[in-house]
Amino acid sequence: MAMLEVKNLGIKFGGLHAVEDFNLELEKGALYGLIGPNGAGKTTIFNLLTGVYKPTSGQFFLDGKELTGKKPADINKAGIARTFQNIRLFSNLTVFDNVKVGLHNQIKYSTTAAVFRLPAYFKSERLMNEKAHELLKVFELDDSADTLASNLPYGKQRKLEIARAIATNPKLLLLDEPAAGMNPNETKELMDTIKFIRDKFQLTILVIEHDMNLVSGICENITVLNFGTELAKGKTEEVLKNPEVIKAYLGK
Amino acid sequence: MSEKSAKSPLLKKKAALRPVTKKNLVTYLMVIVFFALFQTLSATGNLKFAYKSLLVPICTSVIMAVSLNLVVGVLGELSLGHAGFMCVGAYVGSFFSVLTEDIITVTWIRFTLAFIFAAVAASIAGVIIGVPVLRLKGDYLAIVTLAFGEIIKSLVNVLYIGKDSNGFHIAMDSAKLNMELDGMVIVKGPQGINGTPKDSTFFIGFILVMLTIFIVTNIMDSRTGRAIMSVRDNRIAAESVGINITKYKLIVFTISAAIAGCAGVLYSHNLTTLSANTNNFGYNMSIMILVYVVLGGLGNIRGSVIAAAVLYSLPELLRGFSKYRMLIYAIVLIVMMIVNNGSYFVKLKEKYSYKFYKKINSKKNGKEAV
Ligand SMILES: Nc1ncnc2c1ncn2[C@@H]1O[C@H](COP(=O)(O)OP(=O)(O)O)[C@@H](O)[C@H]1O
Ligand SMILES: [Mg+2]
Repeated sequence: MAMLEVKNLGIKFGGLHAVEDFNLELEKGALYGLIGPNGAGKTTIFNLLTGVYKPTSGQFFLDGKELTGKKPADINKAGIARTFQNIRLFSNLTVFDNVKVGLHNQIKYSTTAAVFRLPAYFKSERLMNEKAHELLKVFELDDSADTLASNLPYGKQRKLEIARAIATNPKLLLLDEPAAGMNPNETKELMDTIKFIRDKFQLTILVIEHDMNLVSGICENITVLNFGTELAKGKTEEVLKNPEVIKAYLGK
Repeated sequence: MSEKSAKSPLLKKKAALRPVTKKNLVTYLMVIVFFALFQTLSATGNLKFAYKSLLVPICTSVIMAVSLNLVVGVLGELSLGHAGFMCVGAYVGSFFSVLTEDIITVTWIRFTLAFIFAAVAASIAGVIIGVPVLRLKGDYLAIVTLAFGEIIKSLVNVLYIGKDSNGFHIAMDSAKLNMELDGMVIVKGPQGINGTPKDSTFFIGFILVMLTIFIVTNIMDSRTGRAIMSVRDNRIAAESVGINITKYKLIVFTISAAIAGCAGVLYSHNLTTLSANTNNFGYNMSIMILVYVVLGGLGNIRGSVIAAAVLYSLPELLRGFSKYRMLIYAIVLIVMMIVNNGSYFVKLKEKYSYKFYKKINSKKNGKEAV
């Protein structure tokens, strides 16, 4: 059984069918690409899979468990984490605390333990600090641990979003244009990081990206979306050669 | 480079695990010094009566401001009904004390119980207002909380509660109380509650202030606090990492209301007659506390303490000008809003705080290297 199973997922905004009949099966450990011109419905699919929008049709399952219509927080608890196309960090918290918020459901203690500084507080905070530090190191952000998230340069903000998402210990990670605004060098580094975290944290990754070097460099398979519907699907190099895809997307 | 990066997280770990961070320690010390100074002055008879009588109300204002900062500064929701929770606490506390004055003769036990009952009642009010309000944001929340405060104030103004040999009688009209002759009316509508024992002291106010700071800052510097602040900074992102927004909003409303309820008890046990009017429990009060919070800085607990203490006592100290108090407040608030939110000032502030931050950091690292 596939780890992620999406069946005929669709959503309408008024008269606009933003996504229609979207199907996808991801095996554990897959690194899958989702591409398509602006407005094709890629981000909307992420919003559906994370509960930000409720689908008007279809279903999706993670490890056989139906998550259709669940709340975003519950979907994250079930194992789906994401980043955002327009970066959404906790801007007034430090880099370190951003990751610690990500650990919220991994290492727990009660508000009472916090108020009275019970042993559980110290024990869990120590664990959280270790975990957060470990994650920041993976993304080479440990030097900026005390910086406010909003004061980070753009590329690092994107990395921090990934670190925060991974902190929630997901099975499936959704990356929405992770290379947007990065220079070719940074993009290259990011490609290595994505592959590295997939192996290190045993993730399944679904990535939306416009940078074709990144897509063909790391994604084994892709789906091309156009006007909310699937245009092509399959092995990356084959799909990218498909004349219809070139016409709709790559040709311009 | 690598040496530094290996070192700083360790420091960070230790810093985060201190029971009291340096920043909070300064706040506690400040309050202790303030208390010691004025307690000594008043004990040695060096404080004018007019000033002495300010001490407990200052504590009340500080507690109100710090607890409201949890809602406005830490959670980022605008509440204009904070005085309503204070009102609930004041009435429940006074009612309890008047009722049990002859039964529980040990003052501190009775007073402690009054605080507990008031905190529970106010936190229930917090949940009652919190649940329907959770879906609202920004201006809408402000309007509903404003209405809540006014409703509470109006309710207690028509509330009559009496006790006789048959038990309690509650009515919205004094004529409908149907009391036996041996009965005693405790809550008398617009006249409120008479004869609350004067149990509040500066010392108890001081303890409550310390407790409030303790609770609020410990929450802020914890898993719960980070969750609350994440909701403030980016609701959608907070949900995406599994934060239950409803839960944390409710926690904030409940705790903040409970603390405001305690402030109400402190307030009502400092007076002999308790009645609700615009100035003590109406929107005037709520907005004044909001002013303290905004001036002290959103999310800045020490700022709230200082702003509340200074701004509460200033008009009393400048009695001749007190007519213009609200005018001055309005002007200061507008100026502060411009300074806090005007793009030019924000840039200026960021520039300087960044420089300051860098300076501190380089100093710290310099020291460590040696
Ligand atoms: N909340 C919404 N309300 C109305 N229309 C929306 C909403 N979200 C997305 N859309 C529309 O759905 C289409 C797909 O958008 P999106 O998924 O963001 O595209 P992209 O593939 O560039 O990520 C666009 O036409 C967009 O305007
Ligand atoms: Mg998009």
